[in-house]
Amino acid sequence: MRMTETNEAGLIARILGGEKELFHELIRPYERMVYLTLFSIVRNEADAEDGAQEAMINAYRHLKSFRGDAKFSTWLTTIAINEGRKRLRKAKTAAEESIEEEAEGHEGDYTPAPLTDWREIPLEALERKEIREALRGAVAELPDIYRQVFTLRDLEELNVEETAQALGINANVVKVRLHRARILLQKRLVPFLRTTAPSRRWFFGRA
Amino acid sequence: MKLDCKHVWEHISEYIDKTIDAELREDIERHLEHCEICSAILDSTRNILVLTADDRTFELPVGYSKRLHERLEKELESSEKDPKKE
Repeated sequence: MRMTETNEAGLIARILGGEKELFHELIRPYERMVYLTLFSIVRNEADAEDGAQEAMINAYRHLKSFRGDAKFSTWLTTIAINEGRKRLRKAKTAAEESIEEEAEGHEGDYTPAPLTDWREIPLEALERKEIREALRGAVAELPDIYRQVFTLRDLEELNVEETAQALGINANVVKVRLHRARILLQKRLVPFLRTTAPSRRWFFGRA
Repeated sequence: MKLDCKHVWEHISEYIDKTIDAELREDIERHLEHCEICSAILDSTRNILVLTADDRTFELPVGYSKRLHERLEKELESSEKDPKKE
């Protein structure tokens, strides 16, 4: 459960007033969000965890500069994104940077994959571990600009405006990238579901 | 207006987010009533989003929270009483 903004404002005031231990409480609802934001950028567990710690420490050190004109969660996400980008710059070669820029203007095929048998896939199939793995893999393979928007919107459930603000892009760009990310994932996962969904015979055979 | 499938696909994301105007929404709904392909695409995309939002899909490393708070505790201890002096 996320705290209300009023509670957060109160907590922040108390932390700045010297009750620094309350910082633990302030960030607790956002631990997952900060980690996933970092992970969407650096794509490596250890680096994402270290980056998440750094981002939280940075948030603490700069808490005084939080003005309250943005939501605390958006402000924290921005810090996490900056930390991730900083790490990426250190690690990335110039060649990789140019690939990323190409993706921005890329006119790819963003039409979904048709399927006729999705309704036959029992809801329980979504409980299967392999589908989660496939989704994680597909998200990891999205071009960076799509993965970051998708992570903030569909994983962390920020709204369009908050996502735009955190990434420093406009709302329409968020919508276009989100649409493409979702369609690319749909295309990637449909064949997977087709090939791994248990057939009825198999299903009944096990029952 | 009668929509073709391609037109529906272009608006799938906004349709899911409920950010399209009422008229287009109605057109899409009418199309979905008789088009199994678009309905299946919509369902599959929605299911992917449900799966994405499920905490079990994107898990945190074991012990992440504990390590985070331990590191923060060190930072809090070493900082001045007022964070701005850091």
